[in-house]
Amino acid sequence: MAGPELASTVRLMLNGAPVELVVDNRTTLLDLLRDRLDLTGTKKGCDHGQCGACTVLLDGRRVNSCLQLAVAVAGREVTTVEGLADDEPHPMQAAFVAHDAFQCGYCTPGQICSAIGMLDELAASWPSAVSTGPVRLDDAEIRERMAGNICRCGAYPHIVAAIREVAGGD
Amino acid sequence: MTRFWQAAPSVGHPLTRIEGLDKVTGRARYAGDVAVPGLAYGAVVPATIPRGRVLNLDVEATLAMPGVLAVVHRDNAPRLTDIGEGTLFLFQGDRVAHWGAPVALVVADTPERAREAAERMRVDYFPEPPDTVFRADHPGLYEPEYVNPRNPTVTGKGDVDAALAGAAVVVDAEYRTPAQHNNAMEPHSATAVRSDGRITLHTSTQYAYGVVPTLSKLFGFAPGTLRVLSEHVGGGFGNKGMPPRPDTVLAVMAATLVGRPVRVTLTRPQLWPLTGYRTPTAQRIRLGADQDGRLVALEHRAALQTSRLHEFTEQAAVYSRPMYGAENMRTSHRVVALDVPTPRWMRAPGEAPGSFALESAMDELAEACGVDPVELRLRNEPAVDPTTGQAFSSRRLADCLRVGASRFGWAGRDPRPAVRRDGRWWRGTGVAGAHYPARAAPTTAHATALPDGSFVVRVAASDIGTGARTVLTQLAADALEVPVDQVRVLIGDSGFGPAMGAGGSMGTASWSWPVVTACRELAGRLAAGEPLPPDGLTSTFDSTAAIGARADYARYAFGAHFAEVAVDVTTGEVRVPRLTGVYAVGRVVNPLTARSQSIGGMTMGLSTALLEESSMDGRFGDWVNHNLADYHVATNADVGEIDVTYVDDPDDELNPSGVKGLGEIGIVGVAAAIANAAWHATGVRQRELPITPARAAR
Ligand code: FES
Ligand code: FES
Repeated sequence: MAGPELASTVRLMLNGAPVELVVDNRTTLLDLLRDRLDLTGTKKGCDHGQCGACTVLLDGRRVNSCLQLAVAVAGREVTTVEGLADDEPHPMQAAFVAHDAFQCGYCTPGQICSAIGMLDELAASWPSAVSTGPVRLDDAEIRERMAGNICRCGAYPHIVAAIREVAGGD
Repeated sequence: MTRFWQAAPSVGHPLTRIEGLDKVTGRARYAGDVAVPGLAYGAVVPATIPRGRVLNLDVEATLAMPGVLAVVHRDNAPRLTDIGEGTLFLFQGDRVAHWGAPVALVVADTPERAREAAERMRVDYFPEPPDTVFRADHPGLYEPEYVNPRNPTVTGKGDVDAALAGAAVVVDAEYRTPAQHNNAMEPHSATAVRSDGRITLHTSTQYAYGVVPTLSKLFGFAPGTLRVLSEHVGGGFGNKGMPPRPDTVLAVMAATLVGRPVRVTLTRPQLWPLTGYRTPTAQRIRLGADQDGRLVALEHRAALQTSRLHEFTEQAAVYSRPMYGAENMRTSHRVVALDVPTPRWMRAPGEAPGSFALESAMDELAEACGVDPVELRLRNEPAVDPTTGQAFSSRRLADCLRVGASRFGWAGRDPRPAVRRDGRWWRGTGVAGAHYPARAAPTTAHATALPDGSFVVRVAASDIGTGARTVLTQLAADALEVPVDQVRVLIGDSGFGPAMGAGGSMGTASWSWPVVTACRELAGRLAAGEPLPPDGLTSTFDSTAAIGARADYARYAFGAHFAEVAVDVTTGEVRVPRLTGVYAVGRVVNPLTARSQSIGGMTMGLSTALLEESSMDGRFGDWVNHNLADYHVATNADVGEIDVTYVDDPDDELNPSGVKGLGEIGIVGVAAAIANAAWHATGVRQRELPITPARAAR
């Protein structure tokens, strides 16, 4: 038989606003967003850290929100796809539309958050598996660094084009 | 009212997706995203034996767990009508037909509680020895009455054996493809909401209308009881086609029992046994030709698997029927029913595995005759459909091959294998032809002119990523002769009436038929001065009679694929730096979304060529790699340069829009083009997919 259920109070900054709520300790950040806060832009493709659909920015870095327990992100800053646009869409969002960098759109919020996080990693000169010297943005770097976000619709060439445009590589 | 009769045809322009901004901002709600007050959550308890009976379910202990509202199982589930669809006949008895089949559904007030209780539920079984492994020589193989969707099992003409015996050149080879799973990124999800004796079902389906008659018969619902909504669908690739998947039945059952809205979202591993897959195939091809490569005989025999729950026979040998001309031809299928989940549609069902076999064998024939593989195909162009004798409404395979050869830089290719070593890589190039049927199915649509000058079009289409909403808007705007921003196309609601689903590359052809016809009629009524009532003026069209009245033609889209492949000399790793796809698909309504569909199809073709294989553990009847870490699909890093182009393909014998559909043809033949290129690189023939490093290595 199961033991007693445990719950905790969690406070975090979500898309720039403070949030406080009591959560079942088993709740992932992904399910907190989707099931408790009605922020369903972040998608669940696998729930196992295998597809990238649930990618959000945690203190500015891209993470799979299905692999974060909600209680473990207490006190931190979370940005989801809903938090990227002000009045205007984020340039990455606009570029995805212009380049038709998606079909069904289900992987798209994760791709966009991942792309934004990825460009910061590039700017910080983090090397990837295909880097051979000083880190420079090219298609091979984008493909490698975006390989954790599966798009079953196969929009990859358009995703690369959208990211390249935002990064100024066009 | 203001109305602009400006001639600004939208068809042919790369309009960005109507719902694009909703999708990139996270506003687009898919089935599992819809906010519903009082929602409860259902979690499936899957069978852990491949065959046998459920002896005992420990319902009481499960009900005692925190938050559990109900357990749905064989003793309390609504009684269903047996409609001959075993995958949906859930909880009606104690038989277990395959590993992973639902034996109960736990409903709780939170997803965490539902899942924990489902995982802890104790089930006792009486297991029986299973038969789960497909083999080309399985003694249970038989000829079914027909193959999908309703094709003859066997076709033939002439005397294949005699022609082969007298042929100057013969190719006789067996090709194998593994079980593959569609794996759309959005897992199947159904949310059933009951109110006032009616049920609204939000579900992830390619066929919003089709769910209604099936579930209504199953549950015995009166007409008007069930409404299905699917505004946005996160991919399907056949996996969310007909029949509805078990999540829909489970959600309706649970909502009925607990008196609250219930959501059932399958987990990624549950998609493997519950939602369908492409059968493994073993295909034997025998080709006979004269010394110049002109076919005298063509035989294609396919062996396939189905389940014991339902006979579903993938039409793999159908690919060979209209493709290349020969005086003597035979195609046939045999299927074996195993203790496994039921196979279903997966992108280009039949044509995808069938083209791997035939287009690979054609490459072997080219080698044997010493004829260039493009030229070989041109030499075997038939004047009419070689199986039925029907004229083609249009057939531009030769154009596709020639245009592709020129774009790809095929001219001057050295035909010898294994002579291009470039550092750590063997390099090669390959080609394959492609076709896919151009069909349409009866659909009803409504076009309404509103007093503010705008128009609303309603049709129960589904946009699973194809761009359906966008291209229908363009077609409707042109038919009404107004700019696209004056037209709103509403889809994904079964209440709009009978409509084909997004499947078989039939969506745009089927939906646009009544959309365009109703819009033209409406424009005519307005132009004739018919008064506009306050709630709008509506024209409705049902395409059933018009489709039935079409002339007798063989209608197909054609295409050609060219691949460049590099094989690592040491590891056997296969890379595809370049793919070219050329298509004749009738009219291209939107070149932007069309290109996305084509690169998507080619990418899935690449993925099946190199990566995809569901591995059956014969002891358990379960695929051991049932997750996205172990079942590999192509990622961004696997895909190189993709070149897509369309040749002119005017065809007046199709439908009012002149479209053939292009969702499937992009995958057809790609695996063969890559396998042929891998042979050209290394000299090792690739007759089995996927082309793993071990298979590719020289
Ligand atoms: S849902 Fe988190 S990685 Fe797939
Ligand atoms: S757009 Fe459908 S999975 Fe990427």
